[in-house]
Amino acid sequence: MTVAGYAADLRRGGTVPAWAPWAAYGVATALAFVLSRATGINVALLVVAAIVLAGAVIYVWSRALEGSRRATDRVATLAVTSTFAIAMVPLASLLVTVIRKGSERFDLAFFTDSLRNVVGEGGGAVHAIVGTLVITGLATFIAVPIGILTAVYLREYGAGRRLAAAVTFFVDVMTGIPSIVAGLFAYALFAIFLGPGVRLGVVGAVALTVLMIPIVVRATEEMLRIVPNSLREAAYALGVPKWKTIVRVVLPTALGGIITGVMLAIARVVGETAPLLVTTGVITSTNWNPFEGRMMNLSVFAYFQYKTPGVPPEPYFARAWAAALTLIFIVLVLYFVARLVSLRWGRTEILK
Amino acid sequence: MEARAEPATEPPPVMEASSPAAIEVKDLNLYYGTFLAVEGVDMKIERNKATALIGASGCGKSTFLRSLNRMHELVPGARAEGTVALDDEDIYGPNIDPVMIRRRVGMVFQAPNPFPTMSIYDNVAAGLKLNTRRIKKNDLDTVVERSLRGANLWDEVKHRLGKSGSGLSGGQQQRLCIARAIAVEPEVLLMDEPASALDPISTLAIEDLVQELKQDYTIVIVTHNMQQASRASDITGFFNIEGAGEPGHLIEMGPTEKMFTNPEHKATEDYVSGRFG
Repeated sequence: MTVAGYAADLRRGGTVPAWAPWAAYGVATALAFVLSRATGINVALLVVAAIVLAGAVIYVWSRALEGSRRATDRVATLAVTSTFAIAMVPLASLLVTVIRKGSERFDLAFFTDSLRNVVGEGGGAVHAIVGTLVITGLATFIAVPIGILTAVYLREYGAGRRLAAAVTFFVDVMTGIPSIVAGLFAYALFAIFLGPGVRLGVVGAVALTVLMIPIVVRATEEMLRIVPNSLREAAYALGVPKWKTIVRVVLPTALGGIITGVMLAIARVVGETAPLLVTTGVITSTNWNPFEGRMMNLSVFAYFQYKTPGVPPEPYFARAWAAALTLIFIVLVLYFVARLVSLRWGRTEILK
Repeated sequence: MEARAEPATEPPPVMEASSPAAIEVKDLNLYYGTFLAVEGVDMKIERNKATALIGASGCGKSTFLRSLNRMHELVPGARAEGTVALDDEDIYGPNIDPVMIRRRVGMVFQAPNPFPTMSIYDNVAAGLKLNTRRIKKNDLDTVVERSLRGANLWDEVKHRLGKSGSGLSGGQQQRLCIARAIAVEPEVLLMDEPASALDPISTLAIEDLVQELKQDYTIVIVTHNMQQASRASDITGFFNIEGAGEPGHLIEMGPTEKMFTNPEHKATEDYVSGRFG
């Protein structure tokens, strides 16, 4: 547009009222609803049509009063907010569904009882909660040091070497491994030593480790990349050896982001079903020992409650939803703990 | 070196005896990979003097400075040929640990770089704490106070030693970095354009500090600022390059006053009088 065009826009001087975008949205949505009822066309399709219509309305309206630059801006704003709203729909729907259906059995018994000798109503998932926490905890315990040290090698020691390039490549490949493959790998590994049919918590933990390591490596590597080189040089100039520079200066500076990466890795594996199905087995009583006997976990629990309900099936379904809600709750708690930890010790905001 | 206002309660702890060192550079070539960045430098750096290195950007003066405590070789592919004798000991000799050299030759960088995860106190104590030396809390307190006083920062931070160093102003952060560097009592202090990121008042504070510090340390300072070189240094060395891609050379070196009033080379005169480039 020319300068003269902008000047013409300014001379117009009018303003669309603040409620105009909302009005456009409202009218368009109402129209979509009525049309959907009247014609029986898919609602989703009409929502999209309504958004396009609202965009057109606001554009024409704004262009007449405010000129084309403002009008384009309003259309862009509308496009961004509506795609955000659409992206939120499945998330909100999922949360509402899980909370509504899960709250029915989200009671004390659910957290104190196992399913041992339970048929029909009642019982709880304490055995699955214990299993989830023990297996995920053990996997974290194994994966985090390996992941962080691998990233330290890649960034601080291996830069430019062929081994580092190969490791980076395989870490990327590992990121895409289907989780069932990780499960079968762990199963096959332990079957060599303990014979076929082995079902232990630790086997599941090893399977989850395979899934966690690439995420931890990637996140830590990215964080180490943004630690300013000037901090390493400052430490070297004081005569601090390299390993100590990494342990006392580089890693603490990157801590906030590393914790976030570890959290992402935990969130990724805490709801895994397939690899645990083949490695830890199914059981109805509580087992704290990952090195002996089978272990239940929340996602396998939910899966089995839903897949093989008794008669009547309702209490089984209710337990499955409550298990899903518990899983979301665990991830939420972990997330807040991680944020607290990184607020307390991480100083990521300094990494400009 | 004590600049204490209050009467000292205890004599300061005796650290490793260190006295300022002299440096003698002979036929030094510095490479980045196959690229020769600095060629054939011969230089004597006198103890207890402030030596300024001036020259246009890219002429190798920072590279040269970083070769004096073996920071140069931290860049992948970078290497040095020739000798740099720190009090008669060649720091590029066999069996020389670069980490030990860096404990004797400290460095202050262009941009202030306090450790963001550490408090002001821990920043100053970092060199001692991280270098595996067992040190008593009392002695550490003394060293921290002495270093901060040495860097003219004590009065500004004494009430917030536990706070993060990144809350300080740029000039204060740079003086914190100087305090951190002198806390390990180096024999030589290298400064790579220490005031280029600072305002004029902070710059003046750093220049005054250089004058005080040279009583206890040998100082080598790289600067783009001609006034700074003339104000703060006793001896000045001028680096120049023939053109882009050519190695940098030390053109001439002498007492600062002579270099700025009556240099021997035309290039030096052009540069210090601003007729350069």
